[in-house]
Amino acid sequence: MTEMTTIPTGDNLLLDEAKSDRKIGWLEEFLGPDNYRIVTGLFKTPASIIGFILIFIFILVAILAPIIAPPVGNDPMKIPRDGFSGEPQAPGSPWKKNVPEIPFWYEPLTGNKEWVHLLGTAQGQYDIFYGIVWGTRTAFRTGVIVVIATVLIGVILGSTAAYYGGWVDNLIMRITDIFMTLPYIMMALIFSSVLTPILGRSLLPPMIAMITFGWMGYARIIRSDILSIKERDFVLAAKASGVRSGRILFKHVLPNAIFPTLVLASLGIGDVVLGFAALSFLGIGTEIGYADWGQVLSFARNWITSLNRYWYIVVYPGLTLTLFVMGWNLVGDAMRDVLDPRMRGKS
Amino acid sequence: MTNYIIRRLLLVPVLLAGVTLIIFGMLQLLGPVERSALYVVDFPKNEKQIDAVIKRYGLDDPFFVQYWRWLVGVQRPDTQGNIVRDGGILYGDFGYSRTASQEVIDIIKNRFPNTLDLALWTIFPMLSVGIWMGVKAAVNQNKFFDQAARIYSIIGTSFPTFVFGLLLLMLLYANNQWFLPGKMSDWVSILIYSGEFKQYTHLLSIDALLNLRLDIFWDALRHMIMPIITLSYISWATFVRVTRSSMLETLRMDYVITARSKGLKEADVINKHARPNAMLPVVTMMGGSIVGLLGGVVITETVFNYPGIGKAAADAAAQLDVVTILGLAIFTGLILIISNLVVDILYAFIDPRVRLS
Repeated sequence: MTEMTTIPTGDNLLLDEAKSDRKIGWLEEFLGPDNYRIVTGLFKTPASIIGFILIFIFILVAILAPIIAPPVGNDPMKIPRDGFSGEPQAPGSPWKKNVPEIPFWYEPLTGNKEWVHLLGTAQGQYDIFYGIVWGTRTAFRTGVIVVIATVLIGVILGSTAAYYGGWVDNLIMRITDIFMTLPYIMMALIFSSVLTPILGRSLLPPMIAMITFGWMGYARIIRSDILSIKERDFVLAAKASGVRSGRILFKHVLPNAIFPTLVLASLGIGDVVLGFAALSFLGIGTEIGYADWGQVLSFARNWITSLNRYWYIVVYPGLTLTLFVMGWNLVGDAMRDVLDPRMRGKS
Repeated sequence: MTNYIIRRLLLVPVLLAGVTLIIFGMLQLLGPVERSALYVVDFPKNEKQIDAVIKRYGLDDPFFVQYWRWLVGVQRPDTQGNIVRDGGILYGDFGYSRTASQEVIDIIKNRFPNTLDLALWTIFPMLSVGIWMGVKAAVNQNKFFDQAARIYSIIGTSFPTFVFGLLLLMLLYANNQWFLPGKMSDWVSILIYSGEFKQYTHLLSIDALLNLRLDIFWDALRHMIMPIITLSYISWATFVRVTRSSMLETLRMDYVITARSKGLKEADVINKHARPNAMLPVVTMMGGSIVGLLGGVVITETVFNYPGIGKAAADAAAQLDVVTILGLAIFTGLILIISNLVVDILYAFIDPRVRLS
């Protein structure tokens, strides 16, 4: 028995050597060396740090929305209207009807005693500032839910395909191929307009549509990750000691394969929000006046001949949406460099 | 090679069945009553008549019975007693669009040439500039051009199409009317209706050239330039990234070092040895983007009011006209399956690893 302990045991030996070289923090202990490298790699480039700052600012805006823009009326997600006139109003014009309470930061920052339309109004006197601030909540809500659901579907299908192989794999991957043939925006558009009569106008139809046509990428990634993990010695050891295949998959293979997918997926929020905004720009989804960036931008569609006068309907919400997506893309770019196997050992 | 093509061709019926099943399955989510409302112009108020409609069209039959009927239609005697086929998307009967008041197949016939026209003029700038930028960035790795290209690539992938399009409209149309949204100016459409302008191909820009009318050609271009810029701008961002990384990888290969060490000019090393080999992943992506253009570019067409397939789908979807969108979806699905097939087979000719296997 004493001999057994001196036999090198793969990864553990390397870990011990590394431990003797430098101190290992609790985070590295918890995540393991590979995943720790991924996490630290994310905080190394200036681009990804800018990305994190952008995301952090948006999270703050979403949490502090009631302080930044005090809700008017019962439903804060409805953009407050200053009357019903069609003509948009420029930023800084006075707010006459439905005036919100004045929060504590307002007077010191703007120097105004009365509440004005900070970023102007869109047609129908929807306040653009409110649309942007409360729209941040819509963005996070749709982004997070859609990403979680697509990852769940992708992981279940991808891991089943990879683990069982054979005809199961073939069937699942052919279904994936078929879904991949279909054009994403077109199918999301169609499915949500079929769902709208059933579910009514809300966030649900576009979200379900985006989930239905968005899981394929994750299924492919997790499948290829599992295929490589499956060949590792510890899986063989588990098989040899008679562990059931379902248990091997969920207890041994998945936890080792899933981390890169999870990180990639969390960065997919930017793309989901972009797609969602595109759908509501086309007039699919929530009812008119719901705080949502794509909705605010869609107001500009009726004014394309005079956009030089009403530039604020496009510029402010457009900038917000772009910065949001850019935050996730900057981090995602750093992520891709870290995950690229060719970069391994260089950082 | 032959094996590869045969295997690829065998995949086509599978894809066709899958795509039609998915689209038909979406339609079946609606109950029989809602679906009967899609087909009947004056929707009856009382339940007996609704039941009769459901019976007549067999809307409560089992799923696959309805699916088959939807594919091939039904044989029915008409008023003179002749047997005629009714419906059947395989025969080109995509249904009747109530919001556009015409057959869906006619919408496709009117709109698809416009989508083709736009795709035709977008392909060249989209491919050439993107690849040029990617190669140049890789050759000048970490220098100014490379950094600029990378920043552009990040901004480009983050900039939503419709925001970019609206900004273009603001700068180039609302301010000074340099370029216009839509498809053609009024005087051109009057000319076309009057019949003086012969439509050979139904692609406006090509017809204008064939008729030797440069003024009409210029008018067509003026309407297409903003969508072309928008579509290219977004694809460039991804092209730069893929070309750059593929080129960087190739430049580190042994044969490039050999070429350099035997004293070849740097331009020859890059243009004759490295670039052709770095193009394979780029070609795959090129195929994808061209196929994407043919499938109708929903958002760009909608922003610029360009009457293509994508705009038709967006309009129908906004008015919840399910029959029309499903018809258009089937059509784009077909286009995508066929053009993907062509791209894959062409790719096999280009890639020696597939060609020689």
